[in-house]
Amino acid sequence: MQEGEPLLRVTGLSKSYGAIQAVRDVSFEVRSGEIFGVIGPNGSGKTTLFNSMLGQIRPDQGRIELEGEDVTDLGPLALNRRGVGRTFQTLQVFGKMSVRDNLLVAAQEHVGGMVGRMFAPTESGLGPRADALLEQFRIGHVADKKAGELSYGQQKLVDIAMAFMSEPDLVLLDEPCAGVNPGLVGSIGSLLKALNRRTTSGRRSSFVVIEHNMDFVMTLCDRIMVMVEGQVLTIGTPDEVRADKRVLDAYLGN
Amino acid sequence: MKALGPIAGALALAVLVTAPLFLKNYGIHLLTTWLVFIIATMGLNLTVGYAGQKSLGHAAFFGIGAYTVAICLKSGISFWIGLPLGAFFCFVVGLGIGFPALRVQTIYLAFATLGFNTALWLVMRNEEKFTGGNFGINNIARPSLGGISFDRNLSYYYFVLVAALVLAAAMWALLRSPWGKAFQALRDNPVRAESLGVDTRSYTLFSFAIGAVYAGIAGGLYASQVEFIDPSMFTVGQSIMMYLMVVVGGPGYFFGPVLGSAVGVLLPEWLRFAHSWYLFVFGTAVVVLMIWLPDGLLSMPERWRAFRRSRERP
Repeated sequence: MQEGEPLLRVTGLSKSYGAIQAVRDVSFEVRSGEIFGVIGPNGSGKTTLFNSMLGQIRPDQGRIELEGEDVTDLGPLALNRRGVGRTFQTLQVFGKMSVRDNLLVAAQEHVGGMVGRMFAPTESGLGPRADALLEQFRIGHVADKKAGELSYGQQKLVDIAMAFMSEPDLVLLDEPCAGVNPGLVGSIGSLLKALNRRTTSGRRSSFVVIEHNMDFVMTLCDRIMVMVEGQVLTIGTPDEVRADKRVLDAYLGN
Repeated sequence: MKALGPIAGALALAVLVTAPLFLKNYGIHLLTTWLVFIIATMGLNLTVGYAGQKSLGHAAFFGIGAYTVAICLKSGISFWIGLPLGAFFCFVVGLGIGFPALRVQTIYLAFATLGFNTALWLVMRNEEKFTGGNFGINNIARPSLGGISFDRNLSYYYFVLVAALVLAAAMWALLRSPWGKAFQALRDNPVRAESLGVDTRSYTLFSFAIGAVYAGIAGGLYASQVEFIDPSMFTVGQSIMMYLMVVVGGPGYFFGPVLGSAVGVLLPEWLRFAHSWYLFVFGTAVVVLMIWLPDGLLSMPERWRAFRRSRERP
């Protein structure tokens, strides 16, 4: 696949909870190698959109394609095996396992078959990759500590690093900066930039980022989609979005 | 610190090999029972401690193994066929018992497995033709292998010791393989695990099936050890006792079952001085232990480290 070609295509996605339409007829494309931001006020349907795309919930209508193939009905496990990684809005590390094991387990299921893994070496040959990510995220010094014993910020870094261990083509990040101090927001931004520039198997991976921190989104993302009340208000570059008066009214204004 | 591991291991092995030489028959019987329960709770520790699946039906698998060996021996089928056959039955039934775990968790799963245990207990009690009903099966023979008879209590002890060591080594290898990490990921956060490609469905089922195999082998060894089995040995109460051994020893610690089984099997014997008060003393000891060390005896070093860290800080 060439850079800039659509990797993910969402068409006419809708999801209702009873009388509430959380997501209404949402369509967009994420191109290969791009960082795609999703912003919108609380309750605008961002997380519902995410969960539908990730097979966590089933959309009422619409179609999701990954590299041209229909993946609408696939669950989280199948999607991950096809190269889709994600982080969650809240911290989701394996608290009683060491930081290094957290990273190893995040990719080991992509190596070999299940029976083979029963007899595979404990690191599945992923040790160097885990150590490189630990260094990059500056958490190498806590590699042997239990993830649950780290500070919130460090756990957040572990959480994000885990999503990249299997070198996915597409990573969906749900509020990577939630609850993180301003200094760390900057580091997470530059980490994501660096990971996006990295090429694995000859191409760059694409990210979709939900975030409330405007500066973060504006500097990180190539294109941004603004959602209001479950619908797409506009999609454009950070400059275009910043200049759009409707966005100001709907979101930035209040 | 690292060098202490092998030294402690060699020392423990030396004690396990020599201790029965200084014991009378009853002492050897107790040690053998302890080893049998280590094997059984090693399996439960995988299901409960590593994979996080609350099972209160472990004694049922223990019973399947015991009855398979007993019925085989009574029908003239060799112990060496009966034991693996019991393990195989446990694997299959364990897979089946894993299915409720895909739908329900925590206390609801505990109740589902408890129901299974009760149902199996009723089968053992009511199917008199095969199981002897309430009277059980007696005169269960001890096996021999290549001319070596395990008829005497001491030789049977060594046989069970070898079996326990082999099974412990297999469990150690399993837990060190990527499977070990997958089980723990399933325990700590199944939703995240699935989003990372961990097939939580399969690992849940296998955590029950492999745990059940350990219980089945332990049950088979137990039947031949005590030479008499009846349904009262495989009740929900026994399952709860095994669960208690795992929790007391330290769920998710490799050596947890060793300590836990000592508490469950040996401690009541040491408490004999208390006569009819023994259950009261035992219960109180467990309650105090759970309040003081909710993660089990083997969490003590970790608690101590955390305590020292908290004092180092200004």
